[in-house]
Amino acid sequence: MRKKSYRLDEKGLDALIAHLREQGYQVYGPKVEDAALHWRPITGCADLPRGWTQELAPGRARLEPDNSAALFHHWTCAEGLKAVLHLPLVRIMAARRDNGWFRILDNPPPAARCAFVGVRPCDLAALAVLDRVLLGDRYADDIYRARRQGAFLIAIHCQRSAPTCFCASMGSGPRARSGFDIALSEFAEGDAPEYFAEAGSPAGMDLLEACGAAPAPPDWSRAVEEGCARAAAAQTRRLDAHAAPQLIDALFDSPHWDHVAKRCLACGNCTSVCPTCFCVNYEDRTSIDGREAERWRLWDSCFTQSFTYIHGGSVRSSVKARYRHWLSHKLGRWQAQFGTPGCTGCGRCIVWCPVGIDITEEFRQLQLSAAAAASFATKD
Amino acid sequence: MSTAASAAPPATRPVMEPVPVRVTSVSKETHDTFTLTVAPPPGDPVSAFEPGQFSMLYVYGVGELPISISGDPAVRESLTYTIRSVGQVTYQLVTRQPGDFIGVRGPFGSSWPLKEARGKSVLIVAGGIGLAPLRPAIYSILRHRGDYNRLVILYGSRSPRDLLYRKEFAAWGLLPDTQALSTVDYGGVTWRGHVGVVTTLFRLVRMQPKETVAMICGPEIMMRYAARELEARGLPPEQIHLSMERNMKCGAGFCGHCQMGPYFVCKHGPVFSYPEIKPYLDLYEL
Repeated sequence: MRKKSYRLDEKGLDALIAHLREQGYQVYGPKVEDAALHWRPITGCADLPRGWTQELAPGRARLEPDNSAALFHHWTCAEGLKAVLHLPLVRIMAARRDNGWFRILDNPPPAARCAFVGVRPCDLAALAVLDRVLLGDRYADDIYRARRQGAFLIAIHCQRSAPTCFCASMGSGPRARSGFDIALSEFAEGDAPEYFAEAGSPAGMDLLEACGAAPAPPDWSRAVEEGCARAAAAQTRRLDAHAAPQLIDALFDSPHWDHVAKRCLACGNCTSVCPTCFCVNYEDRTSIDGREAERWRLWDSCFTQSFTYIHGGSVRSSVKARYRHWLSHKLGRWQAQFGTPGCTGCGRCIVWCPVGIDITEEFRQLQLSAAAAASFATKD
Repeated sequence: MSTAASAAPPATRPVMEPVPVRVTSVSKETHDTFTLTVAPPPGDPVSAFEPGQFSMLYVYGVGELPISISGDPAVRESLTYTIRSVGQVTYQLVTRQPGDFIGVRGPFGSSWPLKEARGKSVLIVAGGIGLAPLRPAIYSILRHRGDYNRLVILYGSRSPRDLLYRKEFAAWGLLPDTQALSTVDYGGVTWRGHVGVVTTLFRLVRMQPKETVAMICGPEIMMRYAARELEARGLPPEQIHLSMERNMKCGAGFCGHCQMGPYFVCKHGPVFSYPEIKPYLDLYEL
């Protein structure tokens, strides 16, 4: 029987990336750019952020030098995989005017075979959420489908947690359980990192075999489990999303929303970095002579004033209402709509919020306010 | 959902791609409202709609908007829209000339519960341009008149000059077993009809509440009070339906703009039963 776990060194990982590139994949990995980590095309391990780790805290994201030889001593890229799969800006239609009539031109979706190296379990979970939203409902998003279907996913289990991580309480990490072609764990005690590689799909197994990966030592699997368990235990933030659907309607009048609204800038950073926020807007662009017209789709944010504009004004014109909508949807109503919360515990909204608003803390305060209101009601 | 939605457009055409259609007529209803008729390609699914559904109308190079279909669902050769000119795209739509082309996507959304209403009386309550999405339901009822009991149409408008479909409305009132009453907020010196909000007409309606299905479309505040009042008058809440409006960019549940509580108004609505939408109607800035 073929073994399902393998041992890879850095050369092996390079070979894996090279094989994917030969097969026509555009390979993406976490790469240092503009003093942050982003999903960027990579050609090998040399492009990965060796020598860097991250300092992540509410309202704070810094790259910090790290003396280790590890390639994955960081946590999350600034954005989720949606930056590559649910494109921030894409043309959805092109039309040309001909004698008063207009023609819809061919506009094939920008199909690309994308492979990702170093996908964190929270981001893998986010992909499952996006699949449900964009492919699993009455209408399917063709652009997302074209890119998602061909995607090859190499995950990395987290054996350390950042202070802003809360995937353990969301059930999405720190160990990836499914949804990957290959899952890696990094061992970087010495000068050269080594990888425990599990195949999660036949394609993943074929690729590992093709790269001549050796079987993994028998005790590595347990070491990974223990590392992930330690990472889970180290998480100080947690969020009880299962309580959200029942609570959300009762929380509508909570005084705590005003407290958040005093701090929230309605900048939309949280929705940009959230790996599951899917909302988009559409824009028309016309050539100066009017012969060509295009529609473009771009990411949108429910924190903008115009998001809910209808004749007569915006439905949610206060910042309080916009934050309330975002949190209520993300944690509660998403479950009614799609059977899963819209949060995977990646912590990005905490990190990239300019004023450090912490979704776990805000939800905890909301729960407390609901409990206080309930006890007040019973005393009456 | 208690209301039926029609099948999605065929997989061969992406849901976001408009069909170019020729404008066949543009007629003036009021000083700011026009009815536009277009001729979709014969047999195209874009014209197979249920009363209450909407299309996304695209003006080349200008933009796209959700507009309710206001024509007869039995007429498959044309699609009719009644549009109030309030912004750039609606202005461009109502100033089209016959022979011009616009783009149409859809139809989208849920529809009025005409099947459930069979054997019962139907109470139509419209406010302003809200009569437009209800007109296909009226046409459908009139075509299958024997399937329904009484038909009552109540229509409130700001002023006499804002009343839509005036001749048609007067003709409906003359049909047997049919009551059509209109009222305005401001009558002026020549108006001899009712003055007041549409709910003030309820006391004039002859119907058996338990055997009546209500279909309401108008400003949200009007629908809230109409639904509340009808429930107080004995209509079972599940027999009250209303059509919601929210910002819609795609019609297909992708853009997220039209969310109202747990619903995407574009795909779960726009027509909701009162029990479905009631918990969210009174929440300010939901």
